[in-house]
Amino acid sequence: MKEKLKTIIKMGLFLIPLLFFYLVLIAQNQEATSTFEYAEDNQQCLKCHGHTYYNYYNDWLERMIRERMNPYFIVDSAEYYEANHRNFACIDCHTSEYENFPHNGELRMEPKYACMDCHGGDDTYAKFNFEQIESEFYNSIHSSKHSDDFTCWMCHNPHSYKISARTNRHLNKTIQYDNNICLSCHADISKYQLLTTLENPNILETHSWLPNQVLHFQSVRCIECHTEINNYILVAHNVQAKDKAVQRCVECHSQNSILKETLYKYQNEGFSYSENRDRSLEIPKLIGGNRRYMLNLASVIIFILVLGGISIHAVLRIILKPR
Amino acid sequence: MSEKLYLYPQWIRVWHGINAILCLILILTGLSMQYSNPDTVVIIRFDIAVNLHNISGVMLSLSYFLFLIGNMIRPNGRHYKIVVKGFLKDLMKQFIYYAYGLFKGEKTPFPITKESKFNPLQRFTYIILMYFLVPAVILSGWVLIFPDFIQNNLFGQESIHLFDLFHLMTGFVISVFMIIHVYFCTLGKTALRNFRSIINGYHESQ
Ligand code: HEC
Ligand code: HEC
Ligand code: HEC
Ligand code: HEC
Ligand code: HEC
Ligand code: HEC
Ligand code: HEC
Ligand code: HEM
Repeated sequence: MKEKLKTIIKMGLFLIPLLFFYLVLIAQNQEATSTFEYAEDNQQCLKCHGHTYYNYYNDWLERMIRERMNPYFIVDSAEYYEANHRNFACIDCHTSEYENFPHNGELRMEPKYACMDCHGGDDTYAKFNFEQIESEFYNSIHSSKHSDDFTCWMCHNPHSYKISARTNRHLNKTIQYDNNICLSCHADISKYQLLTTLENPNILETHSWLPNQVLHFQSVRCIECHTEINNYILVAHNVQAKDKAVQRCVECHSQNSILKETLYKYQNEGFSYSENRDRSLEIPKLIGGNRRYMLNLASVIIFILVLGGISIHAVLRIILKPR
Repeated sequence: MSEKLYLYPQWIRVWHGINAILCLILILTGLSMQYSNPDTVVIIRFDIAVNLHNISGVMLSLSYFLFLIGNMIRPNGRHYKIVVKGFLKDLMKQFIYYAYGLFKGEKTPFPITKESKFNPLQRFTYIILMYFLVPAVILSGWVLIFPDFIQNNLFGQESIHLFDLFHLMTGFVISVFMIIHVYFCTLGKTALRNFRSIINGYHESQ
């Protein structure tokens, strides 16, 4: 009897904190969604667009129907509420006619906002320098070859784009995020061919000249090699033709590496754009780029001492030569 | 007067030649990488240096492996053993000879024999070099050759930099060794005699 009581008490001691933890989790979850003004409205859309399946009531057949959602029309709600435009309602950007289902077929022709419609000439966003970014983008190979078809949305997914270079504490996460933007086309023929009938050359093959590819693609972004450096914006946007890309190793693998003006500038103390400068520990050490000053000095001194010692010895040998 | 001792068996001579050339290439390519810059080519162009360094490093590993086996199964290995007792004293003796006695024309305290071809100082440095430093530079080099694999699977993100530093420092020590090594080889009966020995195998003792 006593034994049983003991085990029950023990179980209780174990379960109570667990229960408490669970409640906290629930509370937090509710908090997370309820902070967004339009969360409930958006749920109207996300109940279909947030899932791989959706249900609707078919008036003709007079019953519920379950169908698959077009994978390209799925909006990940977790990503959406972390994105730059998380405070928006879906119908801020899309017409409210989408509230009806089936959607009116003509709605697909609805023109979409461009970034500059909202951000152009707005001082709140002066630090991003949208105007410069826009003109850089228009100069880029993407825009100049594909004119209106290639929009900012192509790289900045309307439902998940989240600034990273400026705010992310982890350089490698930013690298991955930015590279995935490029790879969303350059490693995916279906999105690529929205814009062109060209074949999509395999990135791994076209970059086979680069040794340690995995490491390089984890340590630098595509735009390090493919854009023109621009010091007025944080992320260079002028993607250039392939023959202008950086191919010489020493552009990076040297002490005045171009990376200092691109990837590594985010970490520079006092860099006027950077809002986060806690990255000093994360700067990779790349061969040729990281001459450690003290070690270098020490090695030169040791080297001179050794040579000096040898010369003295040799001279003495000649002067004091016996016989 | 001149008595010939066959001290350097053929395999040691072949190994040493290969080893020396490889080390020279490794040092030159290593320096080219370490001091690379965009404006001028330092000794060897960067991408060539990287490839050459990798290839030579792998070849050096192979040649080192054969050296180890050789020293294990051939009598040459006995020169790489130390009797600890009294060794420090012998070491000092040899050192004083080089720093002082040599200039006065004194005889070497440890004349070369078939049984003991290295003097204590040589014995000591060669053991440190061949059993510690060279394996260390080789192992750390292999780590650097697979940076992706090592970082992702074995030691984590930061580790590669520690190996890099370690590789650099051992590489430097070996380079310094090489300079001293070459100079000390000129301290034979005549300046060039030791070099002849490592080519034809015979040591002509006084
Ligand atoms: C009952 C499920 C359902 C609801 C609710 C729903 N949608 Fe849709 N939506 C669909 C389906 C299915 C498609 C693809 C077929 C089509 O266009 O009708 C679609 C297509 C779309 C498209 C793409 C049209 C095109 O062809 O380019 C947009 C934009 C869209 N919905 C926005 C919304 C918005 C905004 C809401 C909320 C106000 C919403 N939808 C609510 C099911 C739904
Ligand atoms: C900041 C404005 C904005 C908000 C907010 C927004 N969208 Fe969109 N959405 C767009 C734009 C722009 C496109 C067209 C993208 C393109 O052309 O590549 C689009 C396209 C779509 C598409 C069609 C996909 C396609 O590739 O054509 C669907 C479905 C969609 N949105 C659903 C939603 C839902 C659901 C929400 C709310 C959870 C939402 N959107 C919120 C701007 C927005
Ligand atoms: C419908 C208007 C609208 C459109 C279109 C729009 N934005 Fe925004 N954007 C806003 C508003 C409003 C905010 C401020 C949101 C907030 O503070 O919650 C914002 C915020 C941002 C931020 C700052 C996020 C932060 O955390 O500081 C960036 C960066 C941004 N937008 C980039 C873009 C880009 C790039 C595009 C086009 C691909 C774009 N926006 C399109 C209205 C828009
Ligand atoms: C080829 C792809 C691509 C296109 C097209 C593109 N961008 Fe970007 N953009 C990026 C990448 C990559 C980043 C870096 C994202 C990050 O890490 O924050 C970025 C970042 C940004 C930022 C944030 C910069 C900062 O200071 O934090 C803004 C604002 C921006 N883009 C606006 C635009 C506008 C406006 C357009 C269209 C005129 C556009 N982008 C077109 C790839 C693109
Ligand atoms: C929306 C899809 C898409 C995205 C996202 C995208 N690209 Fe492209 N890119 C293309 C297409 C399509 C072409 C082919 C252009 C042509 O020659 O018609 C291209 C061509 C290129 C070229 C080759 C130009 C030449 O000289 O042949 C480079 C380099 C390039 N992109 C780099 C990038 C980088 C870097 C990013 C990320 C910042 C990026 N791309 C993101 C679609 C995309
Ligand atoms: C180390 C510098 C570097 C990095 C990093 C880099 N590239 Fe390149 N890329 C080049 C060079 C140089 C060329 C030209 C190669 C040639 O002409 O053979 C090139 C060629 C290309 C091409 C044109 C291929 C063709 O032959 O049509 C595309 C597209 C491209 N890169 C996309 C990317 C993407 C996407 C990434 C990121 C995942 C990336 N690059 C990362 C240097 C780089
Ligand atoms: C865009 C800049 C850039 C260019 C161009 C570049 N690299 Fe790198 N490289 C890096 C970075 C960053 C690293 C990663 C450093 C780290 O995190 O260890 C790296 C790593 C390496 C490594 C691995 C070092 C190790 O730890 O073993 C080698 C080898 C290398 N690069 C060789 C080359 C060669 C050869 C070329 C020219 C064909 C080249 N790189 C071009 C930036 C670059
Ligand atoms: C005499 C011997 C050696 C010397 C002096 C030497 C020197 C150097 C130097 C100076 C660097 C540049 C490191 C940096 O700046 O980060 C380097 C890199 C490197 N070394 Fe060596 N090294 C030697 C032997 C070896 C061996 C035996 C191997 C492997 C089998 C090796 C493999 C590498 C590798 C892989 C790198 C990194 C660059 C690359 O990935 O190619 N090295 N070495």
